[in-house]
Amino acid sequence: VCTSRFWFNYRHVANTLSVYRSVKRLGIPDSHIVLMLADDMACNPRNPKPATVFSHKNMELNVYGDDVEVDYRSYEVTVENFLRVLTGRIPPSTPRSKRLLSDDRSNILIYMTGHGGNGFLKFQDSEEITNVELADAFEQMWQKRRYNELLFIIDTCQGASMYERFYSPNIMALASSQVGEDSLSHQPDLGIGVHLMDRYTFYVLEFLEEIHPASQTNMNDLFQVCPKSLCVSTPGHRTDLFQRDPQNVLITDFFGSVRKVEITAAALSLDRDVVGLESKFPEEELATEPLKYAEQLPVAQIIHQKPKQKDWHPPGGFILGLWALIIMVFFKTYGIKHMKHVF
Amino acid sequence: PVQVQLVVPMAVVFGPGSVPGDLPRPLPFRDVKEMEISVNLRTSVTSRYEMRYRSTTAQEEAALAAATPREADAALYPLQDTTLGSLTMYVVPETSSLLPQGIDVYVGKHRSALVRAGGSLAALQARLREVAQVMSFTASSIAAALSERVPDGQLSPDARRNLKSSLGYEITFSLLNPDPKSHTVDWDIEGAVNRFVKPVLDKLSLVANFSVDSQILYYAVLGVTPRYDKESSSFLLSAHSLPHVINPVEARLGSSAASLYPVLNFLLYVPERSHSPLYIQDKDGAPVSTNAFHSPRWGGIMVYNVEGPASPQASLPLHVDVDMARVMEVFLAQLRLLFGLSWEEVPPEFLLESPGNEGLADWELDHLLWAHTVENIATVSTTLTSLAQLLDKIGNIVIKDDVASEVYRAVASVQSAVTELSLGHLLAAFQASKEAVTSSERAFFDPSLLHLLYFPDDQKFAIYIPLFLPMAVPILLSLAKIVRETRLRKKEPTKMD
Repeated sequence: VCTSRFWFNYRHVANTLSVYRSVKRLGIPDSHIVLMLADDMACNPRNPKPATVFSHKNMELNVYGDDVEVDYRSYEVTVENFLRVLTGRIPPSTPRSKRLLSDDRSNILIYMTGHGGNGFLKFQDSEEITNVELADAFEQMWQKRRYNELLFIIDTCQGASMYERFYSPNIMALASSQVGEDSLSHQPDLGIGVHLMDRYTFYVLEFLEEIHPASQTNMNDLFQVCPKSLCVSTPGHRTDLFQRDPQNVLITDFFGSVRKVEITAAALSLDRDVVGLESKFPEEELATEPLKYAEQLPVAQIIHQKPKQKDWHPPGGFILGLWALIIMVFFKTYGIKHMKHVF
Repeated sequence: PVQVQLVVPMAVVFGPGSVPGDLPRPLPFRDVKEMEISVNLRTSVTSRYEMRYRSTTAQEEAALAAATPREADAALYPLQDTTLGSLTMYVVPETSSLLPQGIDVYVGKHRSALVRAGGSLAALQARLREVAQVMSFTASSIAAALSERVPDGQLSPDARRNLKSSLGYEITFSLLNPDPKSHTVDWDIEGAVNRFVKPVLDKLSLVANFSVDSQILYYAVLGVTPRYDKESSSFLLSAHSLPHVINPVEARLGSSAASLYPVLNFLLYVPERSHSPLYIQDKDGAPVSTNAFHSPRWGGIMVYNVEGPASPQASLPLHVDVDMARVMEVFLAQLRLLFGLSWEEVPPEFLLESPGNEGLADWELDHLLWAHTVENIATVSTTLTSLAQLLDKIGNIVIKDDVASEVYRAVASVQSAVTELSLGHLLAAFQASKEAVTSSERAFFDPSLLHLLYFPDDQKFAIYIPLFLPMAVPILLSLAKIVRETRLRKKEPTKMD
């Protein structure tokens, strides 16, 4: 999830796309990835190299390419949509690619980047998601067993505050900086004119480039990535809610996808001389009369809609009390003799 | 807390010469055996086998005089009680030759079994209990259905293998042709689906809705390069490289955008000319007879080897007509395994009749229904409990009327499901549990329940104080002035006097 707009936040989009690319390389298909980008950098009018998003200076690595599937783009990246995706409370018209169809055997990786602060993450410069909301969303997911294990990575300023409030089991969290520290960006590119990546994500990606689908590297190595000397901020992690020892957790458990496979030992024996059942599809019936457009849309109702009758409620106690107080003070201050002029 | 009683009505019919000597009462009589399967501290499932013992009627005796167990079973079928969930056991004498040597139980493809008498009533009852468990549910199958509630340490690693109970499944058959220059592959998938797959899906239609589609993908390669084995002059895919085969292919498989049902993918892979023939090796290094493997909750892949060109001058591409019967035998076997219908746990002295083209026996259907009903009931109770907890925790949420009605409907359905289970009506219980799951999911995942408005206390103060404080200052000061004046006026009359 990338939560920042505007051209100068290029690095957040580059972060997200680089992680997306690594995860795809390690085997997770698009149908299992929900990618949310809050702004379009590749086709931004300020991009000197259109249709590219670079993640390394000297424009070495284009992470945009032609098989990037963005599921939530620009204004669709809101706190509400993000929480809807996590908890599954999505309107029925949402297509499959925009849903999180996970079950109790799925391991979920959540990567968020943007601008954050102590206890919140800023979405689109207009709203925030707090750590309590995030913890509650994860608890909702746990109640419905929408995940088996969850890895939460966040690369923002004061990122560690976002995982302080988690209380559901089987969650492991990584953040780029502690409370009170800022996460810094890596390197500006003079050709493009903005910073291309954040430090923590840059070093995480260097680490991931060495992982291949069959590798046995475990989580403890990921915790060591980006020490203070390189990152200036202190990355943090939280594993107390996780049931397994991080030593035994493979990186590919979250970043890649390796399925359990069983050999099919025996086949059924079918009687080959079976006559097929007639296909049960009915013949296509020709429409006997064309549907009139006007009948399909209740235009009369749409255009001449009467305003809905709202029930009138008497004003509540607080407002009544406040007005009574104000009126009393007014008349007291200006003298009661004015009241008989009013009545 | 979930307390469910699973009742299985059973009829035990004694053939001539098979009645054990130590019957407590003369036939016919009834008996009940209860067993408790405790899953965790708050969930318990009791199984209750209600047995009616009686002796055979004349027609049944004639049927039992058949030559093979299969004929006997076919003859007995019209004489049985065939409601879903019920079982009939026919006891034949210990020395009977109806059952082959060494076989004590023959399980037919409907809902009956032929059991060899064991001498005493106790031995017979032990055997009957075994048979009943195989044909309906065992402790491990119930534990697998309730896998969410079992503490992690106690679950066997296979417990989460089976497909979760769902209202529908999408089945997709895909033909992968990585080398269209060498092979032009024709497969009559529509015919194969009509002939072989539809009967199985029709039988399973009680369990869920199925939709079938198919596709052909060209230039789709496996993610793994097979090894060349000189001894057999063939290419081999070893068992430990199989997990990596699926992912590169899955990216290209696609799925229907509209439906949310779990997808079962069955892939038929025709290897390239340069990698033919291709065999799959199991863990011991032996080639697998079906040349296929499957992944739990995902689907299966079968490798279909094509004969090389008859002569080096034969023109490429070769035309290949896929033998759909052989392919469907494997795919349907994989479908059974994906649903958890395997004969692994059956003791060796049982002989099970092959279900033939229907794909699964009636008692296997019951097996699925028992597991899914229990799973559905557990899911509904978890969902409703967590919904209630959510509402307790967050005061701001407004429950719309239709959400409330869904909740009531879910509660009513789940209660009726539990009642039906305790009466032994499996079909009614299953349908009630399906309704309960639909209603509870609709209520829990209603988009209006999203709790967005979290107001921490310090934010509340930060917002309201700057609004009300400036307004409140003159009001409070005036109030103080009023109080002072009233007090002064009260004193004045006394002063003026």
